[in-house]
Amino acid sequence: MPAIVDYDDVEVGTRIPEREFRIRREDLVHYCGVSGDFNVIHWNERVAQSVGLPDVIAHGMYTMATAARLVTDWAGDPGSVVDYGVRFSSPVPVPDDDEGATLVVSGVVEKKLDDNRVVVNLTVRSGGSKVLLASRATVQLA
Amino acid sequence: MPLNRDFVGRRFVADTPFLVGREHIRQFAIAIHEDSPLCHDLEAAKAAGYVDLVAPPTFLTAVAIWRPVVPVLDPDLGLDFSLVVHSEQRYSLRRPVVAGDEIVVSATITDIRNAGRNELLISEYEFVTTGGELVATGRTSLASRGTAA
Repeated sequence: MPAIVDYDDVEVGTRIPEREFRIRREDLVHYCGVSGDFNVIHWNERVAQSVGLPDVIAHGMYTMATAARLVTDWAGDPGSVVDYGVRFSSPVPVPDDDEGATLVVSGVVEKKLDDNRVVVNLTVRSGGSKVLLASRATVQLA
Repeated sequence: MPLNRDFVGRRFVADTPFLVGREHIRQFAIAIHEDSPLCHDLEAAKAAGYVDLVAPPTFLTAVAIWRPVVPVLDPDLGLDFSLVVHSEQRYSLRRPVVAGDEIVVSATITDIRNAGRNELLISEYEFVTTGGELVATGRTSLASRGTAA
C-alpha cells in the first residue's frame, strides 16, 4: 500500500484540511453513465420538480464518492478505504448553470485502531447544509 | 402506496457474475474526478502491489446497479422510483476491488419500515468472487418519500 500518511504521524484530532469540490450537471450525466443510475431526478429538472424536489439533485453516491476523495488523496491510495458509511441528510441541488453546486469537505481523525487503521469523521456541506451525516471512513495507513 | 412488507427476508442472487473492467474503473474514476494513477495506470498500480487497476471505494455501487438484484421495479414491491432517494450507504471492504474481479452480487431485504412520512427499504449486500472470496459487504437504505401508510 503506497499510503503517504504514516500511522505514527497521525493522532486523534489530526485534521484533513477542508477542500471544495464542484459538481456540475455534466458530472451527474457522466455519473449516470458509469454507475448505471439513470434515475430521472439526477438529470431532468421537470421531473425532479414534479416530485417535489427543488431542482435536479446529485446522486447521493456521487456526493459520497466525492467526499471519499478527501480521504483517499490524503492517504495516497484509492484502495486504502476499508469501511465507509454515510447518511444522506439533505439533497444537493445542482442548478443548470456553469457554477453547479459546491461540496465543502473536511475530515478529522476520530480513532486510531490496530493494524495501522484510523477512523476519519468527514464533514460534508453544500449550500450551508450538512449533506452527509455520520460520515466515517476507516482508512488503512502505512 | 406503502411498500409490500412480504419482501422482508427475501434474498436475491445475480445469475451472471459482473466482470470488473479496466476501462470501467478508468471511466468511473474520471466521472468522480479521481485522478490517482492507481485507477488509471496499470504500471503504477502494479508498482504499488496491486494485480491490476484499483477501483475507488464506492465503485461497488456501479456493480450493484448494473447487476440489479433487489427487485426495485417489481410492481409487487410497490416502489415508485421517482420518489426514491438514497438514505444511507455503507461498504465494508475486505480488500480493494481490482480490474479482473468477477463478482457475484447478492442481497437480502432485511427491513421495510416507516420513518416519519417516508418508508425505508434496507438491503444487505454481499460481493463474492466466482472463486468464492468475499470481497465486500454493503448496506443500502432507500427512502420512499411520502409513502408511509
